Amino acid sequence: MSVSKSRPKPKRNPGDFIAKHLLDIPRSGIRDFFDIVSSRKDIISLGIGEPDFVTPWHIREQAIFALDRGATTYTSNRGLLELRQAISAYVGEAFGVTYDPESEILITVGVSEALDLAIRAIIEPGDEVIYHEPCFVSYAPEIRFAHGVPVAVSTTRDNGFRLTRAMLEDKVSPRTKAILLNFPTNPTGATLTQADVEDISAFAIEHDLIVITDEIYSELTYEGGRPSIAAVPGMKERTIFLHGFSKGWAMTGFRLGYACSPPELSEAMMKIHQYIMMCAPIVSQKAAIEALKTRTDTEDMRLSYQERRNFLCAALNEMGIPCHVPKGAFYVFPYIGDYGLTSKEFALRLLDEENVACVPGSAFGECGEGFLRCCYATDIEEIKQATERMARFVKRLKS
Amino acid sequence: MDELLKLLKHNALETPKNLARMLNTTEEAVKAKIAGYEGAGIIRGYQAVLNTDLMDVELVRAVIEIKVTPEREGGFNRIAERVSKFPEVESVYLMSGTYDLMAVVAGRNLKDVAFFVSEKLATIQGIISTGTHFMLKTYKNNGVLMEAEKTDERLKVSP
Ligand SMILES: Cc1ncc(COP(=O)(O)O)c(C=O)c1O
Repeated sequence: MSVSKSRPKPKRNPGDFIAKHLLDIPRSGIRDFFDIVSSRKDIISLGIGEPDFVTPWHIREQAIFALDRGATTYTSNRGLLELRQAISAYVGEAFGVTYDPESEILITVGVSEALDLAIRAIIEPGDEVIYHEPCFVSYAPEIRFAHGVPVAVSTTRDNGFRLTRAMLEDKVSPRTKAILLNFPTNPTGATLTQADVEDISAFAIEHDLIVITDEIYSELTYEGGRPSIAAVPGMKERTIFLHGFSKGWAMTGFRLGYACSPPELSEAMMKIHQYIMMCAPIVSQKAAIEALKTRTDTEDMRLSYQERRNFLCAALNEMGIPCHVPKGAFYVFPYIGDYGLTSKEFALRLLDEENVACVPGSAFGECGEGFLRCCYATDIEEIKQATERMARFVKRLKS
Repeated sequence: MDELLKLLKHNALETPKNLARMLNTTEEAVKAKIAGYEGAGIIRGYQAVLNTDLMDVELVRAVIEIKVTPEREGGFNRIAERVSKFPEVESVYLMSGTYDLMAVVAGRNLKDVAFFVSEKLATIQGIISTGTHFMLKTYKNNGVLMEAEKTDERLKVSP
């Protein structure tokens, strides 16, 4: 047999191996800004998207105890049954919808993984997912990783960045498969009313869509309750409810979240989870069991955030930066569009001139242009200093 | 507990203006409420929380367990008040358990404190016995850790 002599292929450079659809996805605006900020010293940062609390001690202590007892193994793919039972009880009590710990709850590595599983479990190439902007930076890229098509709905400050049925009607098409919700919202702090949630449900049912709802900030709701779309009659069967311990319990580094959904969907997500992740870390799962034993941790932190939110909103409005008072999460999203600068220019100058870091609103979607995201999960003394510096800055801009 | 009291307990130097911003109310309302608490005796004073271990002063503290014969009509109150009046005594509590009163006593050195207990406290009529425990180091006082636990290790900007 003769070996066919094919022409030598041109050699590929490392970059040439990268999948085309990945190249098309831009770097997160947060990362760009992070690179600038991290090269600076002595800044006050209102740009951090995680709690300033350390995880409550009794939870940390339980994690230490678990390690002490040799909890260093894999768990079942779904996660420890005791934790799934505790989650089932908590979600039932807090949101009014009951999930079966055996077949409807899946423990994941943060809501980040749960979100990826949910999208990959349902999206086929070309399927459209409607989501609302400004939003968490991962949504559109996650949809595109799954070869889906992200369809953004712009929310606006005149109605507190809420999402209404009319906005959704505008964007729905025959290819729409899912709606992705995040209330309370990162970065706007927006929440929904019971009526909003019911309207969106009616829309989803009418167009036969599935809803993915990321309620990671739910414990940090200050006014108006926290209606979940999963609890609306007829919605449980078409909802994937995502939640986790990062924000409400100040457990970001534990990397623990969960997805609740009907058994068929849960099994589909499980299929991906078991092959790519196996299970969430056991120490984190043990700590989370402890976290769900009391209800006071989240309550204490919520009160503390609420006071800081009030302070920051009041100070911003006083200095002439209009800021609606968001009802949830730990971000305010003030409007800085009247100063003749883009949000990126404003943020960079604020950093240069006053050493205060806020994230430009444009990092969270086009309609975030003209806004800044300021996180108040920051020590009150730092918030005070930051607002004094910002007041000085805008005074100069105005003069 | 009222949020205003919690905030003041955390930082009594907080200005009424800032308190008003945090509580979503007016400066006047905050001032009036504080005056109300002061008038009612609920706010008994404002103090700095000191880490005396770092200060260049001679100071020792001891917890004194005191057993008392309760008096007809007066119970423990009369003796507790007598104990409280000494400036050396920083705090006094009525306790459940194996002794009745617990006092925290401060002095310049061990000898001073020991002398105060044996000469002044133990000799009060109605006090049956005392037990003295010297404090060696303060880790937490009034809800305040003497060594800050937390350094902020969060990334400067995150999603
Ligand atoms: C809206 C939203 N969803 C999900 C996440 C990720 O959370 P986790 O730590 O559970 O992965 C974040 C974190 O910032 C977020 O803001």
